[in-house]
Amino acid sequence: MLTVLFDGVAYGMLLFVLACGLSVTLGLMNFINLAHGAFAMLGGYVTALLMNRAGVPFLGTLPAAFLVPAVVGVALERTLYRRLYGASPLDQVLFTIGLVLMAMPIANYLLGDQPQQIHLPAWLQGRIDVHGVGIGVYRLFLIVVCGAIAVGLQSFLVGTRFGARLRAAVDDPRVASGLGIDVDRLFAATFAVGSGLAGLGGALAADVVGGIDPAFPLKFMVTFLIVVAIGGSSGIIGALVGALLLGVLDVAGKYYVPSIGAFIIYFVMVATLILRPQGLFAKGDGR
Amino acid sequence: MSANAARIEAHLRRRERWRWSEIAFWLAIVVLIFAVPSRAALINEILISGLFALSLDLILGLAGVVSLGQAAFYGVGAYAAAILANAGYNDPTFGLLVGALLGGAIGLVTAPLLLRGSDLTRLMVTMGVALILGEVANRNGWLTGGADGLEFTMRPVLGLFPIGFSGQRNAALYSLVVLFILFALARRLAQSPFGLSLSAVRENRLRAGALGIATHRRLIGVYALAAAYAGVAGALLAQTTQIASLDLFDFHRSADVMLMVIIGGAGYLYGGLIGAAVFIVLKDVISGATPEYWEFWIGALLVVLVLTGRQRVASLARRVVRTVLPNAARQAGAA
Repeated sequence: MLTVLFDGVAYGMLLFVLACGLSVTLGLMNFINLAHGAFAMLGGYVTALLMNRAGVPFLGTLPAAFLVPAVVGVALERTLYRRLYGASPLDQVLFTIGLVLMAMPIANYLLGDQPQQIHLPAWLQGRIDVHGVGIGVYRLFLIVVCGAIAVGLQSFLVGTRFGARLRAAVDDPRVASGLGIDVDRLFAATFAVGSGLAGLGGALAADVVGGIDPAFPLKFMVTFLIVVAIGGSSGIIGALVGALLLGVLDVAGKYYVPSIGAFIIYFVMVATLILRPQGLFAKGDGR
Repeated sequence: MSANAARIEAHLRRRERWRWSEIAFWLAIVVLIFAVPSRAALINEILISGLFALSLDLILGLAGVVSLGQAAFYGVGAYAAAILANAGYNDPTFGLLVGALLGGAIGLVTAPLLLRGSDLTRLMVTMGVALILGEVANRNGWLTGGADGLEFTMRPVLGLFPIGFSGQRNAALYSLVVLFILFALARRLAQSPFGLSLSAVRENRLRAGALGIATHRRLIGVYALAAAYAGVAGALLAQTTQIASLDLFDFHRSADVMLMVIIGGAGYLYGGLIGAAVFIVLKDVISGATPEYWEFWIGALLVVLVLTGRQRVASLARRVVRTVLPNAARQAGAA
C-alpha cells in the first residue's frame, strides 16, 4: 500500500518536471505546445548518448540534458513559435503536431528506432526497506531531485523580481506589458527553462519508461496534456498537485484494478474538463 | 423588401442546383476507377478518407467545432462492421447501417461534453474520448481480437458485386456510391435551414442564440451526424480491406483527417475530398521513396501550411477549384 503510494508520488514528481514548462507556456501565452515531449526526448537522448558513447557519469549528464533542450527551445521559440502567438488554437495545435511529426523521424534517422537505454549507477539501483515498506532507491532519488526542483521553482517565482514579473504576465499579459514588463523576453526565458526542465525530466524518466525511443513525444503528449488539464495553467502549485494526483491514481489504478487501470487517467481528465474546464486549481473563471 | 426576399430565394435556389462542373467531378472519379484498375485500392482509400474528412468538415467547416478525436467514430464503425461480419452477418449494407448507427449513438452521447469550455478543452476532450474507446477495444480482445485485429470475409454487395482483394474495382465503386449518397445528403443539409443556422452558430454563437436558434441542440445534432458519417467511413474501410485493427483509434488518424480538411480547406464540403486525395497521393509517393521517414514530410507540410497561413492556402485551393469547378467555389464564397 505505502509502496504503491510511494511509487505513485515518484511518478507524479517526474510528470511534474516533465510538464510544468508546458503549463507555464500555456498560462503565459495561451500557447498549446504539443511538441513539448520532443524536448523531453532530446534531453533523454543527450543523457543516453553522453553516458553510452562518451562515458560521462549519470549525474554529470543531467546539466547537459537541461541545457541542450533549453538552447534548442529558445532558438525555436525565437524563429518559429513566436509567429503563432495569438493564432487560433487550431493553428497552434496543427503547427506543434507538425513539429512532433518532424522530430520523430529525425530521431529515428540519427539514432535508429531502438530505445536508448540508460544504465543507472549502482548506488541508484536496488531497494531499501524502511519499516516494512520497500522503497526503490531510484524512486527516492526522483522524489528528492524533483521535489527540490519544485521547491526551487516555487521560491523563485514567489521570491524574485523575475518571478513576480512572470506571475503578473501570466495573470494578465496586456496589463503587465503596459506596466513596462517585457513580456516577449520574459516568455523566451520561460520557454527556455520549460524546455530545459522537460529535457531534464526526459533524462530522469528514461529508466522508468524503459529507454528513450523516437516515439516518445507522441506517447507522452497525452499524459502531459492531462497533467495540465487537471492542474490548470495558472502556476507551479496547480501543475504539481495535478501531476501528483495523476501519478498516484495511475500507479494505484494499474496496481489494484489492472483491468481498468489504463482508463483512469483519461476518465480523470474528461471529468475534470467537464466539471472545471479551466483546471482544478485555476483562479476564478480563468481566461 | 419583397424584392430582397425574392433575390435571396433565387440565390438559395441557385445554390441548390448541381452544376455541370460538379457532375463532371464525380464522373471523372468513375472514369478514373475504370481507367486505372491497377490503382483501384489507392482510389478506394482516397474515397474512404474523403468520406472521413467530410465527416470532420461537417463539424469543423459547418459548425466550427474543433476535434482531434474523429478517429473514435471511425474505429467504432470499423469494429461494428468487422464484428458483425466475423459473427456471420456479413452483408455489407447492413454493416454500414450498424456502423452509422453505432457511431452516431456514441457521437450523441459524447456531444454534450463539447458544449462547455474553450477550443483547447474541446480538442482535449475529443482526443480523450478517442483514446478511451481505443483502450476499450484493446482490453476487450475477446470481441475485437485485441492487438491481432479481426479478419473476416464479406458477402458481395447487394448479393451481386464481390468486394475485397479479388474485387478491388468493385470495392472502389462501392465506396464511391456510398460517398456520393452521403455527400449529396451533406450538400443538401448545408443548404437547409439547419445548415444555415449552423453557419450562424459558427460565426457568432451568442448572437445565434439571441436570434432564437437552439445552439446546443444544433451542435449536438451535427456532431452526432458527423459521428455517423465517420462510422460509415470506418465500416467501409473495414469491409473493403477485410481487416479491423486497433490503430484505427490512434491519435494519428484524427490528426491525419484534420490535415486533410486543412489542406483542402474547410467549409465547402469538396475540401475534405480534395484534401484526402492530395494527402493520400502524397503519402503514397513519399512513403514509396522513404518508407520510414514519410512522417517528416507530412510534419513539414503542416508547419509550412500554418506558417504561410492556412486561409491563404485554402483560398488558393479554392481558386484552383473555381477554375475546375466554378459552382462549388461560388457556393464556398456564399456559405
